[in-house]
Amino acid sequence: MISSRGRKIFVAIAGAAVTIVALLCIFPFWMVVIGSLTPENEIYVRGYSLWPQTFSTEAYKLAFEDPGKILRSYLVTVGITGAGTAVSLFIVSMCGYVLQRPDFKSRNFFTMFVFFTVLFNGGLVPWYILMTNYLHLKDNYLALILPMMVNVFYLIIMKNFMRSIPGALIESAKIDGAGEFYIFLRIVLPLAKPALASIGMFIALNYWNDWRNGMLFMQDETMYPLQYYLYRLLSSLDFLKSAAASTIDLGDQVFPSESFKLAMTVVATGPIILLYPFVQKYFVKGITIGAVKG
Amino acid sequence: MRWLQNLRYDIRKNPALLLMTLPVIMYVVVFCYLPMSGIVLAFKQFDYSEGIFGSPWCGFKNFRFFFISGQAAVVMRNTVLYNIAFIIVNNIVEITVAIFISEIGGKWFKKTTQGAMFLPTFISWVVVSAFVYNIFSYDFGAFNHLLRSIGGEPVDIYSQSTLWVFIIIFLNSWKHVGYGSVVYLAAIMGIDAEIYESATLDGAGELQKIRYITLPCLKPTVVILVIMGIGNIFRGDFDLFYQMVGTNSLLFNTTDVIDTFVFRSLLFSQEYGMSAAVGLFQSVLCFAFLTATNWVIRRVDPENSLY
Repeated sequence: MISSRGRKIFVAIAGAAVTIVALLCIFPFWMVVIGSLTPENEIYVRGYSLWPQTFSTEAYKLAFEDPGKILRSYLVTVGITGAGTAVSLFIVSMCGYVLQRPDFKSRNFFTMFVFFTVLFNGGLVPWYILMTNYLHLKDNYLALILPMMVNVFYLIIMKNFMRSIPGALIESAKIDGAGEFYIFLRIVLPLAKPALASIGMFIALNYWNDWRNGMLFMQDETMYPLQYYLYRLLSSLDFLKSAAASTIDLGDQVFPSESFKLAMTVVATGPIILLYPFVQKYFVKGITIGAVKG
Repeated sequence: MRWLQNLRYDIRKNPALLLMTLPVIMYVVVFCYLPMSGIVLAFKQFDYSEGIFGSPWCGFKNFRFFFISGQAAVVMRNTVLYNIAFIIVNNIVEITVAIFISEIGGKWFKKTTQGAMFLPTFISWVVVSAFVYNIFSYDFGAFNHLLRSIGGEPVDIYSQSTLWVFIIIFLNSWKHVGYGSVVYLAAIMGIDAEIYESATLDGAGELQKIRYITLPCLKPTVVILVIMGIGNIFRGDFDLFYQMVGTNSLLFNTTDVIDTFVFRSLLFSQEYGMSAAVGLFQSVLCFAFLTATNWVIRRVDPENSLY
């Protein structure tokens, strides 16, 4: 029974290795949560550790005393994610559907026309000048929504997925006198739900995690999206202090900047992590739909 | 003009369909094709009040500036070497994890570990930079805390440019392991189980099965992913590098990539002409590489070519 013993050893090693990788993946999350719960003076003396000597919720108290600013950037991010994902999903799926219709003769030309932008682009600078000098989108929420509205790879995945919808269905609807847009809305979209869910998730995640467009186009602090807000908190102490409640009297205590930073990280990341178990399914599906076949 | 004929046909016969593609087509025209005309900026001395087209020409001065400054060699080298390292390390880690996950039993165990590996994919690089600070900060980081507690000297990691090469490669792999292993896992699941069964009957061990069945079956996937990686070899992951390094110039020598360089030149020093030149240079290189790699994929595996 050599092979079965060998198999046992192998499974044990594989299990251990996978466990270690999984733990490594969670480890930083753990460190940040623990760090945010460590009293500031302990951080100053001992640094961040796996387990603090005492716990303190002071950093969170400071964060929630006057949560207006972080709530505001939450609102900005939720808004642009919602609006951006909805519009993007709609126009991309509509275009993807048409581009695989066999009777649409320009399909190859349009596909190449769109795909060429993946191969070649003008670079950051001309695009930036277009956005700011010609379209005047500085300090405009559209500057956070438009840049990620059309992703060519999602369009192509969508187009490939739409091929699985039987053409006979569309034909018979046409014979019944339904218009093209009506067919798309009432027949194609419901059948494309799996792809819509998965690709929608990817689009939403891109919007949610974007900070670059905030940095490029937003000067008004009240319009910062969440991730850029967090970036500013982490990189500038003055910004960090201004984010904390001014009403709390710290006395002669130092400002708890270290634990406060981490508490804000937790506040900014927490909800998406809580949402995560529910969307993981679509995520995995999305990867396998679009995998390799980009 | 075949495409013009087709277009005329569709205007007559399929106006509704044409209208439905319009949002995306218009978007691409405005946000992708219009900026392409802006590449003339690379050959101009940009004057804000004159706009792109009113600014005076300056020949190849912007390019010369980039190459003579000595930064060209550094950022190009970094971009390419990091991408090569990412391709190698990520694929090895992802394939190993995928094989291991496919071998172990227990649905709950599989689900939990995979769930944990996906977490990094979900967060932005901003949050990762908070993680890194939390662990590597000189004064309070857990790493230096550990060093101190065992009697060692703390290290100021934020000034050690060589260390960041490893940190960045590690973090990139860390962030993508969940995603990449699912791609490979899907490929492994597609392998006919009968092959494994007959190999077991013939007395093959676990490692032999991996060596002679799993790895050869994964080869097409690996080849495609690697070739695609090579196609993008001149594109630096801006989010990663900017969040890890930011404006810490102590680390630029080993961590500055084309994308971060262009971004900083544009936003902080307002060198429109020069950064446009670098951007154009990068676009041309990317175009050449993507076209070449696609040509290769078409020969290796036409099914998976990009176009």
